[in-house]
Amino acid sequence: MARAPRRSLRITANVLGVIAFLIAIFPVYWMVNSSFLARNEIRNPVPTWVPFGGDLDNYRTVFATDQFVNALKMSLMVTVLTIAVALAFAFVAAVAVSRFRFRGRMSFIITLLVIQMIPVEGLFISQYKMLETMDLLNTVIGLSLVYVSLVLPFTIWTLRGFVAGVPYELEEAAMMDGCSRTQAFFRITFPLLAPGLVATGVFGFIQAWNEFTLALVVMTREDQRTLPLWLSTFTDVNRGTDWGGIMAGSTLIAIPVVVFFLIVQGRMVGGLTSGAVKG
Amino acid sequence: MSDRAPRRRRTPLPYALLLPAVAALALALGYPLVRQVVLSFQDFGLAQQFGQPPTWIGVDNYRDLITDPYLWRVTLRSLAFCLVNAAVTMAIGVGLALLMRHMAKGVRVLVQTGLLLAWAMPVVASLTVWQWLFDTQYGVINYLLTELGFDFVGHPWLLRPLSFFFVATVIVVWMSVPFVAFTVYAALTQVSEDMVEAAEIDGAGALQRLRHVVLPAIRPVLLVVGLLQVIWDLRVFTQIFILQQAGGSTRDTNLLGTYIYRLGIGGGEFGMAAAVAIFMLALTVILTAPYVRAMLKQERESL
Repeated sequence: MARAPRRSLRITANVLGVIAFLIAIFPVYWMVNSSFLARNEIRNPVPTWVPFGGDLDNYRTVFATDQFVNALKMSLMVTVLTIAVALAFAFVAAVAVSRFRFRGRMSFIITLLVIQMIPVEGLFISQYKMLETMDLLNTVIGLSLVYVSLVLPFTIWTLRGFVAGVPYELEEAAMMDGCSRTQAFFRITFPLLAPGLVATGVFGFIQAWNEFTLALVVMTREDQRTLPLWLSTFTDVNRGTDWGGIMAGSTLIAIPVVVFFLIVQGRMVGGLTSGAVKG
Repeated sequence: MSDRAPRRRRTPLPYALLLPAVAALALALGYPLVRQVVLSFQDFGLAQQFGQPPTWIGVDNYRDLITDPYLWRVTLRSLAFCLVNAAVTMAIGVGLALLMRHMAKGVRVLVQTGLLLAWAMPVVASLTVWQWLFDTQYGVINYLLTELGFDFVGHPWLLRPLSFFFVATVIVVWMSVPFVAFTVYAALTQVSEDMVEAAEIDGAGALQRLRHVVLPAIRPVLLVVGLLQVIWDLRVFTQIFILQQAGGSTRDTNLLGTYIYRLGIGGGEFGMAAAVAIFMLALTVILTAPYVRAMLKQERESL
């Protein structure tokens, strides 16, 4: 009795699966495809599906503009600074939360959860005013400061899980063998945490690299744009948009993110359900 | 688990370890929050921006806002957009996760690869691609619809508000489904096969098994994921802002986030913008409370 519906269920599932695959992948494919097409192929009512006659002209155009190179530098500086500071701060905080019991621990954890839910739009007006007063608008330090507060809660939350995952008994054993508590921590626990630190750092990188809203608020000057800002202004100027160039730019921005994402994704899924981050 | 940890002796060490993080959060989030509350009770417009001292006006900003029909329109629009997007995302994501169990292995790997790529795409890059797909003149979507026999030659998707929000919904759902599908699928793999089989032996049909065995087992995950979608979709900014730049009337397509931005950074009305932002924070707190409660419960159980 169950046989017939089972088979049709399997066929339906497979057909819908293929459709879902096509819808999910098509924009990504179209981005890469268009990035290789010449202007006359882009501006053709009949689309070119496979870039047979394609070349790298669009990429050359992108790299030839100062704006892209500037934005790339900007993005790299902000991202590196953000991650370095956030990882260092988050690491010690994660150790405190998972290796000690102290008054205020639970409130700290609750605060982390609540902060992660705050929409950036809810605070960017006063963050703008604050950075203006501190004379930090349009600076790498200013943007990094707000980015650190953006990635820190999630970073602490995730690292906490990694620290707690290293059994305390290992440290105790090392202390029995004559290590001090600090030595035990750095010789035993820290090396075991390295993969967790890398994964969390990569995740912070993706967030800072992709971030648009705060960059828009803090970096008002054209020469201080990060990559997402640069890309967004590419489209709004006029209607004679250079789609080939935009797609080349989008591909360039997406490549590091996609590669990193695929590497850390498996590790972070658990953290995502319990942490909550989205661009 | 983490509480199995040592050291009940009083020591200032944990506080010292927390200090950098707490200081950073207090500076970049805490201080602005306080300042924003202050700002929302002040008349702070362009004149103040150019040096005049701000004046205290009590709840005037809030009164102006609450009596402004536009704020309510934007709020209702944001809520409607948020609920529709969250519902569509959940329906497609959960549906895919359920179907994934019945797919051939090859197809499932294919679906997961596609979803992973869509998930990994940077927001702004996805937005430019979707704009290009929906392009009036040379967009593939107009081309395909025309080939299918509809007249979509030169159709401007972003011009009318409803159509604008349709495009925004397609983009938001495309970006959000992978997270839902993967998380729910992971939860489904934890559902005991024995229970499902037992129900089958007892004569339960596929739909009955779904309703009475599978869905109840993954209910907690569904709740948290659904709540996250609502919270995330209430604060869409990038998608709306960039689509607004590409065309469409700003006034008719503003959601809360873009409204605050245009009011404050765009228009210099910092006092009013701060009041709307506080309003949005309040709305978020209301929506977030059940999520935080669920997470804390999970947290306590894992201890």
